[in-house]
Amino acid sequence: MRHGKYPFVIGFLFAPVALYVTFVIWPYAQAFQISMTNWRGLSAPQWVGFDNYRRLLDDGAFWKAVQHHGVLLLALPLITIAIALFFAFLLNVGGKSSGGQRQGVWGAKFYRVVFFFPQVLAVAIIAVLFQMVYRPNESGLINGVLMKFGLEPVLFLVKPNLALWSIIAVLVWQAVGFYVVLFSAGMASIPGEIYEAAEMDGATKVTLFFRVTLPLLWDTLQVAWVYLGIAAFDAFAIVAVLSVDGGGPDGATTVLAMEIYRNAFVYSKYGYASAMGVALFFLTLTFAALTLRLTKRESVEY
Amino acid sequence: MSITPEHPAALDRRTVLRRAAAVGMLATPAIGLLGACATSGSDGDNEQVAGGTKSEKNPLGVKEDAAIEVVIFNGGYGEKYATDVHEPLYKTAFPKAEVKHQATQAVSTVLQPRFASGNPPEFVNNSGEKLMDFGALVADGQLQDLTELWDAPSVDDPAKKVRDTVVPGTIEAGSFNGKPFVLYYVSTVFGIWYSGKLFKDNGWAPAKSWDEFITLLTNIKAKGITPYGYAGANAAYYQWNVILTQAAKIGGTDVLKNIDNLEDGAWKQDAVKQAAAAWAEVGAKFSDKSFEGLKHTDVQLRQNQYKVALYPSGDWLEGEQKKDTPAGFDYQLMPVPGLTASDKLPATALRATAGEGYFVSAKSKNPKGGLEYMRQMLSKAGAKGFTEVVKAPTVVTAGSEGFAFPPGVASSQAALKAAGQDVFNLYFDGWYKELDTEARTATNELMFGRINADAFVERIQKRADAIKKDSSVTKFKR
Repeated sequence: MRHGKYPFVIGFLFAPVALYVTFVIWPYAQAFQISMTNWRGLSAPQWVGFDNYRRLLDDGAFWKAVQHHGVLLLALPLITIAIALFFAFLLNVGGKSSGGQRQGVWGAKFYRVVFFFPQVLAVAIIAVLFQMVYRPNESGLINGVLMKFGLEPVLFLVKPNLALWSIIAVLVWQAVGFYVVLFSAGMASIPGEIYEAAEMDGATKVTLFFRVTLPLLWDTLQVAWVYLGIAAFDAFAIVAVLSVDGGGPDGATTVLAMEIYRNAFVYSKYGYASAMGVALFFLTLTFAALTLRLTKRESVEY
Repeated sequence: MSITPEHPAALDRRTVLRRAAAVGMLATPAIGLLGACATSGSDGDNEQVAGGTKSEKNPLGVKEDAAIEVVIFNGGYGEKYATDVHEPLYKTAFPKAEVKHQATQAVSTVLQPRFASGNPPEFVNNSGEKLMDFGALVADGQLQDLTELWDAPSVDDPAKKVRDTVVPGTIEAGSFNGKPFVLYYVSTVFGIWYSGKLFKDNGWAPAKSWDEFITLLTNIKAKGITPYGYAGANAAYYQWNVILTQAAKIGGTDVLKNIDNLEDGAWKQDAVKQAAAAWAEVGAKFSDKSFEGLKHTDVQLRQNQYKVALYPSGDWLEGEQKKDTPAGFDYQLMPVPGLTASDKLPATALRATAGEGYFVSAKSKNPKGGLEYMRQMLSKAGAKGFTEVVKAPTVVTAGSEGFAFPPGVASSQAALKAAGQDVFNLYFDGWYKELDTEARTATNELMFGRINADAFVERIQKRADAIKKDSSVTKFKR
């Protein structure tokens, strides 16, 4: 055993742990503590126990936000992954094969770059961009065209039952590019011989996709699902900038982060907002644990 | 999105949990960070400067070489009036004092941490979309009592107290439970705005009674112009203001007093319900559904393009739209029309108040300096300078003497004169931010046809009741 090994190891462990405790664990602990107070952001807070949590139970806005996270959790990953898989398949194996090598559709390289564009933009910029796209009058990108044809404008962000889906559409639009790249990478590592053999057995493109590509891509899909699930718990920036009246109309598009923001920075109810933050924390943890349980599966060896 | 690509195999349980935690962090960082200083620093390590000698030129006893820090909301009125008028006035009165200037568009973002850590600036223009909650500030003892300022001799005439140089109601507007904490500086008149040119070209006249108003709207609609509109995306309070103004005309000013005082059933008063029903009809027949998705600047621009005839707002509108208003547009104000022949207030009655709030932080280093800064603002030179820079009248009675206002403000000043004693105001939105938010949401629901007047009052009443019961919210009375 070499001399002075332990001080060395401990020394190296200590700094990162100390940083982590100071900047991650400690603020968390504080958020928990503040959630038990009626702190209004200024003077010393008073301890109120579980009062804030009791209040959460009959806060309509809170439950609306939770419900929207439910919708987002289902819709965002499903739609994004479906579209991204379809595109990735077309870009990588959708075209003709030449010389035993599978190829994407014509112009695949160009599309790959185009699909990735939204990923490069900041979320706030995307939100502002879509304000223009969704504008409810003739100066909107979509409605301008519709109205040219004498059609009624579609009130994307204004109709309560349409608003959330308009926002989900933006989230999907923004996310797809990244997952196309991710799935492309996954598909590239699937050996071409498998496709060749399947094709010789007379498999169509559809069969190829469902019998070969999908099973061999399972691990990548799992990652995508978790990432998108986490994105579904955020969505703050888009909702804050894009939606009518911050999560409106009448809370139809609100999310937890939006309610936290409103309670903290508009109503100065930091204690209550922290309680919401803690609730969000547990929701996210539950989601992560569940996802791992449910998607556990033997990976296919090849 | 800050998602980094990673090899799938690297995604083990710990990574996922860590990432889950990271998302939690996204939502709580500000709270966490504020929390870090919240529980420790709020007693403040700020030592206040000693007072100076009181004299005729220095009635508040300001220490002559103590610095003051001025934070100005850089919005509709800009910051030029502070740097070019008020700060030089203070410098002239106290040449040895340093005046630090800061302008911001997000007051609470910049100042909340400073209040939390006990190091607030002396003088703050608390305004804009991100203003700090006045009620919370007062409840927390952060604001300097302004009684001393109002009782001090004025700059121009030592025989006159500052309180006698401002228009009546100014001090009340900034009072909480009878104590003055906020200086509302700009005289504000609310009403419905139209283009004098558009009306003249079409031979239309502003309406006084409800019948006249409906006829006017019908005539405008026949011309292919949207008769009436407000922006739902961020300015719904322009419209609840109209509804409540009319309610006050129907049932007298006590209607509003009950609402402010959170009296039981205040929102369910008949006057409120009648006004809501009347305006819901205007929303259904004479407005445009798409306005719910537009911001105030969008709808205002449409008015400047003669696509919308009537727009409810305060008299800051003309200045705000200066860049976009075509020549000859000629902004004019029409008071909100009454509803019935048995209305308690005449058609000329209107809501007017002092707007644009300024306060002095009680826990700053030099609160006396802040008070003196206000005294300088309230001098004739201070008020005149402000009016010349931003073209808006101040609460200082002598401040706009001999000043030729642009047509819109001139018309609102004339309307204010015509209203005589029938001028009222309301306060609940500044006292209870949550109630304001609820009223805005409900107003959009009402005006864009998703709920009726009964549901409208029911809904806001419910929130008012909840606030009344909430022991963590400080209540105010007038």
